[in-house]
Amino acid sequence: MSVLTQIASKLFGADPIFARSTPGGVHTDAFKQHSLRSRIMSTPIPQQLTIPIGDPKTNTITLLVKPGQRVRKYQQLASIVSLANDHSSIAVHAPTSGIVTHFEMAAVADHRQQEQMCVWLQTDGQDEALVLEGVSEFSSLSPAQITTKIRDAGIIGMGGAGFPTADKLSSAENFDIDLLIINAAECEPYISADEALIRERAAQTLLGAEILRRACSASRVIITIEDSKPDAIEALRDTLASRGSIAIDCTIVLVPSKYPAGSEKQLIHCVSGIEIPSGQFPVQSGILVQNIGSAYAVYEAIVEGKPCVSRITTLCGETLQTPKNFEVLIGTPVSFLFDLCGIEKALTHRSVVGGSLMGRELPNDEAAVCKTTNCLIAAGPGDFPAPTQEQACIRCGYCADACPVKLLPQQLLAFSKTRSHSALLDHGLLDCIECGACDYVCPSHIPLVSIYKESKNSLMARRQDADCSEHWQLRFQQHQFRLKKDKDQSLARKANSKKSETKTEAPEPSKSIQLKQEFFSKDKASREIAAAVARVKARRSENAPGGSKALKDKPPE
Amino acid sequence: MLPLISSWIVQLLLGLGLLTIAVLSLLKVYRYTHSQLVLQKSLVNRINRALPQTQCGQCGHPGCLPYARAISLGEASNKCPPGGEETILELAELLNEPLRGLDPAHGEFRDFSVAVIREDECIGCTKCIQACPVDAILGGPKRMHTVIASECTGCDLCVEPCPVDCIDMVASKPQQYSLMRPGLAGMDKARS
Repeated sequence: MSVLTQIASKLFGADPIFARSTPGGVHTDAFKQHSLRSRIMSTPIPQQLTIPIGDPKTNTITLLVKPGQRVRKYQQLASIVSLANDHSSIAVHAPTSGIVTHFEMAAVADHRQQEQMCVWLQTDGQDEALVLEGVSEFSSLSPAQITTKIRDAGIIGMGGAGFPTADKLSSAENFDIDLLIINAAECEPYISADEALIRERAAQTLLGAEILRRACSASRVIITIEDSKPDAIEALRDTLASRGSIAIDCTIVLVPSKYPAGSEKQLIHCVSGIEIPSGQFPVQSGILVQNIGSAYAVYEAIVEGKPCVSRITTLCGETLQTPKNFEVLIGTPVSFLFDLCGIEKALTHRSVVGGSLMGRELPNDEAAVCKTTNCLIAAGPGDFPAPTQEQACIRCGYCADACPVKLLPQQLLAFSKTRSHSALLDHGLLDCIECGACDYVCPSHIPLVSIYKESKNSLMARRQDADCSEHWQLRFQQHQFRLKKDKDQSLARKANSKKSETKTEAPEPSKSIQLKQEFFSKDKASREIAAAVARVKARRSENAPGGSKALKDKPPE
Repeated sequence: MLPLISSWIVQLLLGLGLLTIAVLSLLKVYRYTHSQLVLQKSLVNRINRALPQTQCGQCGHPGCLPYARAISLGEASNKCPPGGEETILELAELLNEPLRGLDPAHGEFRDFSVAVIREDECIGCTKCIQACPVDAILGGPKRMHTVIASECTGCDLCVEPCPVDCIDMVASKPQQYSLMRPGLAGMDKARS
């Protein structure tokens, strides 16, 4: 019996080898083999880099360089503080040496934003770098020191969401973190950047995971990887077995290769059996999830002292002759990368950033690679067939089976069309992770996710309106209260003065009171207003462009 | 039968019974009217919450709460231009009424705008201050006035009283009183 329980605990217990199955999800073709044929290549330095620094509407951007200034590789260009959370800041560094020409909004290859403020850098090809100071003995660093170094290196979530890694770590300070999950489950079709990274740089990523474990003081580390990536699993296992000098205490858990296994909450459910409640973050349950690309960037930042100036990006698609993974400098134009891979422009009908399910069409081919660009697809007709005519919902229910969050997409669609906001909230629209699984299975080709995104936006706007109206209502009530108070006071004053009149002879009002009364007397006020109206009218009738100037020239009355 | 009724005990009992019935029925009436009042009040609250609280008076009532009371007593719910289509939709849903378009007698839909005083033309008459329902205008007699843009509801009420027409309505965005709330923060988007 004890043997059986031991086996059971080994299989499904605290450190499981196999993951639990999670609801929903779709099995898609991976399309990853083409880009995995060659090794990770570094690119030549393009003539011009447009380095994205952030959206000025939601961030405060502090620029540390001037136009015309020469910068060296790894020099910090700007620091960005989010308006929503002034503790979070992201640093942006120069990917190579050159001259800053100007700052301007430019298209970026990002999932969510079309445009960002960018630093335009004219490169000089010399790649002259600052001297880096790494710490190879990272065990001497305290968690706070590690977090500061990560913040200074400008590392953000490399999986696509782009949440600053240092912020995640510092939010974990208030909670007792039990489990650190390093997410290598790259479930979306076409993307193979993480797999390529693990195959070639497993040792570094594992060291990065160890540094992250120290930073959040987690007791256990789990690396999750899909069971359809034997090369990467092999590389991880070999590295774990061979590294005797630094004890890296982590478990590799294979998750079933279905989409979206790599989504944060689904992954946690899959690995630990814990379902994160709606509206909560995993840290509140003592779990921290970091992408494996971020772990590699953390290794570079701590051990080599290198800030985040490049990332691994998959280039694939039918119309590329040599699809592969590139180590791309941040700010490289997409067209430069496509040209390196031998794009056949005549056949390309769409270029997409991200995978085939959550990806977004690029605004143009000059868009710049940013820190969250994990995949670029130059799609031919074989990759994405032309969008089919949307048809009516036939209530087949495939979408409900595919939804990983166990929502009811048909109902959400109906409520979105009638704009029933309360019903949408009741049916959990805000828990939708926009994975696109329902889109993928829908036989009527309804663009469900884009409809949900729209509804989410209008819910958000509605919520803001509600906040506004609450505030205005309060102001109105205060206004009414003030009016009532003023009235009561004036009544009381009148009653008092009457009383004093009856008691004694009213004293002769002093000169200042007389003056005041004259000042506030109705006659005088109305006369003055009339005079002012006449003045303004006279000035208007002059119709001179320097009207306000004329007023200024007049001596004060 | 008669001697039975004439007996004093029976009379007492009958009297007590009638009294009890009277008391109970009075209680019933009171509770019914009270519950109706409470219902009415909660309905007024819910309607009031759906209204935009600009306090503009375009519906013909002095403020949003009086209009909510009027709606609960049967007035048409499509007289609120600043609320936009959303408010009309929400009210129709709440009151279980068919959806109607905005009553054109009460204005038309407009984008949100705030009042801005052309300050070099202001004569300091304080008339706009008295008109403002949310105390969003700052100034004193014979001193320049200004609008606190973040508090302005865009109700338009200060434009009319100004004797020198120095107030403009300028298109703007409503103030964001809460920038981020959990669940919408986007941190739990797919993949870390």
